[in-house]
Amino acid sequence: MAAKNRLTPAPGQFGRLYRGREGQWAWVLHRVTGVGIILFLFAHVVDTAVIGWGPEAYNRVLSVYHNPGVQLLELVLVGMVIYHAVNGVRIMLLDFWPKASLYQARLWYATLVIVLGAMVPVTWVIGRAIIRDL
Amino acid sequence: MALRTGNRFKGPTVRGTVTGRERPAGGYELGSWLFMRISGILLLVLAVGHVLIMHVLGGGVERVDFKFVELRWQSPFWRAWDWLMLSLALLHGVNGLRVVILDYVRRPGPRFALTWFFTVVGVILFALGTIIVFTFNPANFPTT
Repeated sequence: MAAKNRLTPAPGQFGRLYRGREGQWAWVLHRVTGVGIILFLFAHVVDTAVIGWGPEAYNRVLSVYHNPGVQLLELVLVGMVIYHAVNGVRIMLLDFWPKASLYQARLWYATLVIVLGAMVPVTWVIGRAIIRDL
Repeated sequence: MALRTGNRFKGPTVRGTVTGRERPAGGYELGSWLFMRISGILLLVLAVGHVLIMHVLGGGVERVDFKFVELRWQSPFWRAWDWLMLSLALLHGVNGLRVVILDYVRRPGPRFALTWFFTVVGVILFALGTIIVFTFNPANFPTT
């Protein structure tokens, strides 16, 4: 079982640092973005719940999102969600279609192209809002 | 679903047959593996849609205020969307944290404590979000 194997690691088996290639970077980014998104979600559930305390409290909390620095973080968050989603599709292709493994490196570059392509209009929209609020 | 290849393939193979990525053999971990994929497909629509609608299209987050949510939550469709997204995102995220903790926290005590800490945070936020989504009533705030 996978969970049992995690308890008995073999340290140093692969040297000090495992330097992988495309799949390794896809995996690292998937983790980093996943942890980033869930930590934001914890805060986001709380700030949304403030609506139950009325318009004054809610609008005061939401004014945080109009701060240009926070909007920059918002842009990063949107990028993390888009990457996690597109790379999630790549993972499922590899999981449910064994032949996709033959093209795994190309699938990673396709993931990058789709994410960066999507980030162009997103950066345009949120970037304009940031400049407006500076 | 196995596939024969020559020498090109560098991934998992059994006697020259491509087996695809590894997956848990059974039990809780297989259920977790399956749940992450099913909830992932649903969140692809719910969470990416949410991000596009609230942060990118139609003026972004700057137009969001009490009035905006009041109008939006008049529709049971958006309340259902938000509640389903809340439930799946918390389960998907907290389970993801559990997997990450299993990888990096090796001592049983801290591993147990961290996993349960995030589970409890998830349960509390699920309860809070559920109460708000189902009970929010703008009539409680007549000044608007």
